[in-house]
Amino acid sequence: MSAVVATGVGRVFGPAGGAGGTVALSDVDLTVAAGELVSLIGPSGCGKSTLLRLVADLDTPTSGSLTVFGKTPARARADQDYGIAFQQAGLLPWRSVQANVELPLQLHGASRAERAARAAELLALVGLTDFAGHRPDQLSGGMQQRVAIARALARWPRLLLMDEPFGALDEMTRERLQDELLKIRAETGAAVVFVTHSIPEAVYLSDRVVVMTPRPGRVVADLEIALGSPAERAARGIALREDPAFFERVSTVREALHAGEAGLPARDRGAAGAPDRAGR
Amino acid sequence: MSRVREGALAVGAPAVVGVAAVVLWQATVTGLGIAAYVVPAPADIATELAANLQVVATAAFGTARNAALGLLVGTVAALVAAGVSAAWRLAADAANPLVTATAVVPIVCLAPVFYTMFGTDAQTARVVVAAIAVFVPVYVNTLRGLRTVAPVHRDLLRAHAATPWQATRHVTLPGALPFFFTGLRVASSLAVISALVAEYFGGPVDGLGKAITSAVASSRYALAWAYVVGAVVTGLVFYAVTTLLERLPDAGGSPSARR
Ligand SMILES: Nc1ncnc2c1ncn2[C@@H]1O[C@H](COP(=O)(O)OP(=O)(O)OP(=O)(O)O)[C@@H](O)[C@H]1O
Ligand SMILES: [Mg+2]
Repeated sequence: MSAVVATGVGRVFGPAGGAGGTVALSDVDLTVAAGELVSLIGPSGCGKSTLLRLVADLDTPTSGSLTVFGKTPARARADQDYGIAFQQAGLLPWRSVQANVELPLQLHGASRAERAARAAELLALVGLTDFAGHRPDQLSGGMQQRVAIARALARWPRLLLMDEPFGALDEMTRERLQDELLKIRAETGAAVVFVTHSIPEAVYLSDRVVVMTPRPGRVVADLEIALGSPAERAARGIALREDPAFFERVSTVREALHAGEAGLPARDRGAAGAPDRAGR
Repeated sequence: MSRVREGALAVGAPAVVGVAAVVLWQATVTGLGIAAYVVPAPADIATELAANLQVVATAAFGTARNAALGLLVGTVAALVAAGVSAAWRLAADAANPLVTATAVVPIVCLAPVFYTMFGTDAQTARVVVAAIAVFVPVYVNTLRGLRTVAPVHRDLLRAHAATPWQATRHVTLPGALPFFFTGLRVASSLAVISALVAEYFGGPVDGLGKAITSAVASSRYALAWAYVVGAVVTGLVFYAVTTLLERLPDAGGSPSARR
């Protein structure tokens, strides 16, 4: 079953249905298969965060339909089918790192022992075991972001929603966390919707890259990346980042992005459900 | 800089300034032969204080008791009111003019009215004055704290399908705590000031305010200043206790830990 299916989704802010409103998204079609990692890329203000918030049921579409694992987003949220990481880590400053990771479990009645065990597992996964007792303000930005990812994974979600989680980090930290994300994904098998501004990041992480146009946000290209499974990619690391095939994908995405920005009919512009696939 | 040196400097620097000020004061008063009713010399004040320590302490205790009671009552009332206002917008809007009025009027000016209301032989009027003075900063700050929830935290709790009570318990209340403590710190000084000044307007003959008035009336200026020292110490104790409360491990960590 698909993790996310969006059909003709639109979101207009302000006066409904017309004059004066901001059209953030218009007629977006998107399918994310279970276990797939799809990046959303597009210029600032094109509605990437808005789309993610719609999937997360933090906001509701003004048109179109959206399902998450075949259910309404509200149902999926109630069932805790997804975990979410925001651009800001959004840790609770008065809780320890461990207690932050435990929050989702605590909210759903896990026992103290279960919580501690799961938190230990997750902190090991993101390499922060030694910082369990620290307060968030004692951690660097990258470490806080890793705690946020651990927190998002706490309840074994089948879908991980990530809104520019590495946006505020330096290049080195960013690449390390990308490798970590690939590793985590190989281990958990969760589907991921990943919002980013970085073309190389999108190409490196994704099975598919979805390119959006400036306002109103639409999908202009849906590109297959096909650089191997997450585990293979994580294992290749730097070698993959320097592979000509990698650069080729980067160029394809860049062209689609620029074509979309210029309002040109991109060569990859696909009709709903039948996007052209670039790559092999 | 080492912790020890930092600590020594934090205590040492103000101590040096304080000692220098007292020395300068003493030298000015004796050097210029200033009369005691204008400003008595620190040495004279110290002598009076030492001789009347018991009396000064009793007076300070009388004022402190009213201030503490007022602080307690005012804080509890302010917390309840802030909770209601945070939960129910209409209550906040309805209370707003009254709170603003209370904030701009020095509450002690109502002391004579309260003495008439509650009787001049009781401490009630003083406690009420202190409580009202305390209410405003605690209410205003706590309400602001309860309303200041970071959007990312709101989204987080919604994403995790938290119930309204869980959101309150895990995010709203801990987030409001530093705001509450800021209000409480301001309120602690106000409580002492209000309880003391209220004594100037009537009521039983105990407490620092009454003692200062009667010492001045009988031309014992150094003694009056000894009571002032008592008032300063009382105010500092209140401030220190409320500040320490915030540092308690479970009181929500250091204020610097927030945003
Ligand atoms: N709550 C809101 N009310 C009104 N307009 C909004 C709201 N949220 C978003 N918008 C508008 O919708 C558009 C898309 O915003 P969105 O945050 O989804 O963009 P984005 O693609 O995530 O941008 P960025 O890359 O800068 O994060 C913007 O024009 C924004 O002004
Ligand atoms: Mg965004």
